[in-house]
Amino acid sequence: MAYRILEKEEIAPSVHRMVIDAPDVAKAAKAGQFIILRIDERGERVPLTIADFEEEKGTVTVIFQEMGKTTKQLAKLSAGDSLEDLVGPLGTPADIRKLGTVILVGGGVGVAPIYPQAKAYTGAGNRVISIIGARNKDLLILEDDMEKASSELYIATDDGSKGHHGFVTDIMKRILDSGEKVARVVIIGPPIMMKVGAGVASPYDVEILVSLNSIMVDGTGMCGGCRVTVGGETKFTCVDGPEFDARKVDFVQLMNRLAMYRGEEAKAVEKYEEECRCGLH
Amino acid sequence: MQEVQGEKTGKTKKERTPMPEQPAEERRKNFNEVTLGYTKEDALAEASRCLACKDPKCVEGCPVNVDIPGFIQLICEENFEGAIEKIKATNALPAICGRVCPQETQCEARCVLGKKSQPVAIGRLERFCADYELVKGVEAPEVMPPTGQKVAVVGSGPAGLTAAADLAKLGHKVTIFESLHRAGGVLSYGIPEFRLPKEIVRQEVEYIKKLGVDVKPNYIIGRIKTLDELCDDFDAVFLGTGAGLPNFMRIEGENLNGVYSANEFLTRVNLMKAYDPEYDTTVRHGKHVVVVGGGNVAMDAARSALRLGADEVSIVYRRGEDEMPARREEVEHAKEEGITFRLLTNPIRIHGDEKFNITGVECIKMELGEPDKSGRRSPVPVEGSGFLIPADVVIIAIGTSPNPIIFKGSEGLEQNRRGTVVADEETGATSKCGVFAGGDVVTGAATVISAMGAGKKAAKAIDAFLKEK
Ligand SMILES: Cc1cc2nc3c(=O)[nH]c(=O)nc-3n(C[C@H](O)[C@H](O)[C@H](O)COP(=O)(O)OP(=O)(O)OC[C@H]3O[C@@H](n4cnc5c(N)ncnc54)[C@H](O)[C@@H]3O)c2cc1C
Ligand SMILES: Cc1cc2nc3c(=O)[nH]c(=O)nc-3n(C[C@H](O)[C@H](O)[C@H](O)COP(=O)(O)OP(=O)(O)OC[C@H]3O[C@@H](n4cnc5c(N)ncnc54)[C@H](O)[C@@H]3O)c2cc1C
Ligand code: SF4
Ligand code: SF4
Ligand code: FES
Repeated sequence: MAYRILEKEEIAPSVHRMVIDAPDVAKAAKAGQFIILRIDERGERVPLTIADFEEEKGTVTVIFQEMGKTTKQLAKLSAGDSLEDLVGPLGTPADIRKLGTVILVGGGVGVAPIYPQAKAYTGAGNRVISIIGARNKDLLILEDDMEKASSELYIATDDGSKGHHGFVTDIMKRILDSGEKVARVVIIGPPIMMKVGAGVASPYDVEILVSLNSIMVDGTGMCGGCRVTVGGETKFTCVDGPEFDARKVDFVQLMNRLAMYRGEEAKAVEKYEEECRCGLH
Repeated sequence: MQEVQGEKTGKTKKERTPMPEQPAEERRKNFNEVTLGYTKEDALAEASRCLACKDPKCVEGCPVNVDIPGFIQLICEENFEGAIEKIKATNALPAICGRVCPQETQCEARCVLGKKSQPVAIGRLERFCADYELVKGVEAPEVMPPTGQKVAVVGSGPAGLTAAADLAKLGHKVTIFESLHRAGGVLSYGIPEFRLPKEIVRQEVEYIKKLGVDVKPNYIIGRIKTLDELCDDFDAVFLGTGAGLPNFMRIEGENLNGVYSANEFLTRVNLMKAYDPEYDTTVRHGKHVVVVGGGNVAMDAARSALRLGADEVSIVYRRGEDEMPARREEVEHAKEEGITFRLLTNPIRIHGDEKFNITGVECIKMELGEPDKSGRRSPVPVEGSGFLIPADVVIIAIGTSPNPIIFKGSEGLEQNRRGTVVADEETGATSKCGVFAGGDVVTGAATVISAMGAGKKAAKAIDAFLKEK
C-alpha cells in the first residue's frame, strides 16, 4: 500500500508542507494527534503532527523541518511520489472545550501543531490569542492561516525582523500580566522553549499544556521508547500524551532522551549527504 | 549412529537424529538462522524412529492436534507433499511451529519413545516438510464457495493469521487489520531472524493472502476505527491483538538512555533491521549489556545484543535456572554462544552519568524461599549482598500485558484485572455479541501454538455463529 503525496511546498527555508492522500486517517483525525510515516522499506518511522486534515478530500497535511537523514530525504520528495507507510491518527486528541480565553504559543516548526488547535479552539467558541515566533521573519510559518484561525495574533522574532524583538514567551507574560482572565495556555515548540515557557506561566493561575516530541517507534504503547516522567510517574508520550500538564513534566529528562542517538544521527546525515553528492539520490 | 534395542517391541531404535546448526563461534557474529534444518536423509532416518502408535499420545500434546504419526508415515514413504498437506489440515503455520514451538513440553513431551530414550523430533520433521514446500512454492488451497459474510480480524499475529486462514477456507470474506507496517505480530517484530527468518513469516502471510484474506497494515483499531464501528461493518470480529505492552520494573534509573524494553530493542533489531547498515534504524550497540528476565524474550534480546557486537552480555534473573520459563534449547544455545547467566540476582537500581547514559546496574543476590501460588519457589533478597554490574545497555524483559488501545470505543467488552479480554475457553466468545478473542490478549503472554489453537477454535465458533445469524 502506498500513500501518495499530492502537494509539496517549501514554506520557509528547510521547512516543508506536504499534503498526503490518506483517507482513513483524515476521517478519524482530531487536533493534537500525529502520524508516523516511513519513506521506504529501509526507512525509519518518524512521527509528525497532523497540521491539517480534510475529510472530504481524504488528505492529511504535515509540516516538517529538515533535521536529520529522514526529514532531509523526505524534503526531496515531490507531488506524485509515494510514501511506503503512514499510520495514524496517533496520540490522545487535544482536550478541546469551551473554556473562555486560550493562549496558544508556537515556536519554530511548533507553529504547525498549534494551527489545528487554533482552528479547533476557535470552533469550540473560545477567544484564541495566538503567539507565534521564529528566529527571523523568513523562518516564520503559517502566518496567514494563524491570523484567520485566531481572535488575535502576535508575532515575535529573535532578531526583531518582524513583530516583537524577542521571545514568544515575553508576549505571553505581558498578556498574563495584563490581568485578562486566561483559562489555558498551550505551548508547542522546541523542548527548551516549552520548558522556559512553562516556567514563565507557572506562577499564574492558568492551566499550562505542552505537546512533547519524545523519540518514538510504534506510537501505540508497544515499545516504551517514548517514556517521559510526568508528575513523578512514567508515561508513554504516544498514548498518554502527547499533551501533558507542563508543570509536571520532567523536561531535563525529555531533553536528555532526545539526545540519545545524536552521534548516530550525525553520522547518518554525513553518509546521506555524501551519497547525494555522488548522485546516488 | 548408535543403535539401542527397544525393550518391549524388540524393534531397533536409533538415537534422535541431531539437528545441523551453525557453530556457536560463527553464529554469534551473524543474524543467520542458527539451526539449518534436516536434510532428506536426516528426515528419513528420524521419521523411521516413529512407532506409528495406534493411540498416539504425541497428538494429545499438540494444542492443534496435528496428525503426527500420519504425517511421519508419509515422510517414510517419501511423500513429502502428502506429509505437508496432512500437517496443514490442522496447522496453517508449520514452518513457524516447527521452529519455535516448545516441543519439549508439548508434542514431544508425550511421545512414548521419550520414556525409555529420546522422543521423536516431531518439530524438526514438521519444519522439514514445511521448508520442502516453501522451496517448491506454496499452492493456493481450495476454499469453499463465498458465503457473503464478512469477518474482521484485528491483529496479524499467529492467533489472527490462523483464525483468518480457517475462516477464509470456509468461504467467509476476511479482512485483517494490523497496527504495524508489517503482518506477523511477535513473529515479525519479536522473535529474531536467527531463530525465525522473516522470509518464512512473509511467505506464510502470502499463503494466507492467497486464501483471499485482505491484509491491511498501518490500521489501528481504537484509532482509525473503533471496535464498535467494526461490529457495524462486519458480521463478526476476531480479536488477536496479543500482549504487546511492556512492563517496566519501576526502579530508579529506568528512564536513562540505553535502557530498553525488550519490545523496543527487538522491534528495532528485527522489524526495523538495525543490524543491517542498509537500514536507517538506530539502536545502541552496547559493549556491556545486561538483560533482565528469564524467558524466551530475554534469551532473544541477549543473543541479539551479542550479535550486534557486545563484549559481554549477562542475563540477570531473580530465580534459579530450573525456574527459567525459556525453552531449554534457547538457554543451551545462549550458553554455547557465551551469554553469562547471573541467576538468583535482581536489579534494584540503574546508575548513570551526568549525560544520562547508563554506567551500571546495581543488583542484589536472592535466595529461594517457600513455593508461591504458581508452585515455583519465590525469591527473597539476601540482606547486604548488593553489587554493581558495569553496563551501557540494559534490556528489560520481565513480561508484557495486552495493549489497551483496542478498548477505546468498545462498549461492553469485558476485561479482567490483568487487562486481558475475558473469553470462553472453547469458543473465544467474549461478552460482546459477535466479538471473539484468542491468543495472548486472552491468556497473557503465552506461546505461538496456543495462540494458533485459540484462533482455530474461534474460527470454528465464528463459523457456527454466522450460520445461526
Ligand atoms: C508526537 C510528535 C510530533 C512531531 N511533530 C513534528 C512536526 O509536526 N514537524 C516536525 O518538523 N517535527 C515533528 N516532530 C519531530 C520529528 O519527528 C523529528 O524531527 C524527526 O523524527 C527527525 O528525524 P530525522 O531522521 O530527520 O532526524 P534525526 O537525525 O534522526 O534526529 C534529529 C532529532 O529528532 C529527534 N528524533 C529522532 N528520531 C525521532 C523519532 N523516531 N521520533 C521523534 N523524534 C525523533 C531527536 O531529538 C533527534 O535529535 C514530532 C515528534 C513527535 C514525537
Ligand atoms: C521475543 C519473543 C520470543 C518468543 N519466543 C517464543 C517461542 O520461541 N515459542 C513460542 O511458542 N512462543 C514464543 N513467544 C510468544 C509468542 O510469540 C506469542 O505468545 C504469540 O505471538 C501470541 O500470538 P498472538 O497472535 O496472540 O499475538 P501477537 O503475536 O502479539 O500479535 C498481535 C498483533 O496485533 C497487533 N495489534 C495490537 N493491537 C492492535 C490494534 N488495536 N489494532 C490493530 N492491530 C493491533 C499487534 O501489532 C500485533 O501484530 C515469544 C514472544 C516474544 C515477544
Ligand atoms: S504444532 Fe507444535 S506442538 Fe503441534 S506437532 Fe507441531 S511442533 Fe508439535
Ligand atoms: S508418540 Fe512418538 S512414537 Fe508414537 S506416534 Fe507419536 S511420535 Fe510416533
Ligand atoms: S512510541 Fe512506542 S510506546 Fe510510544
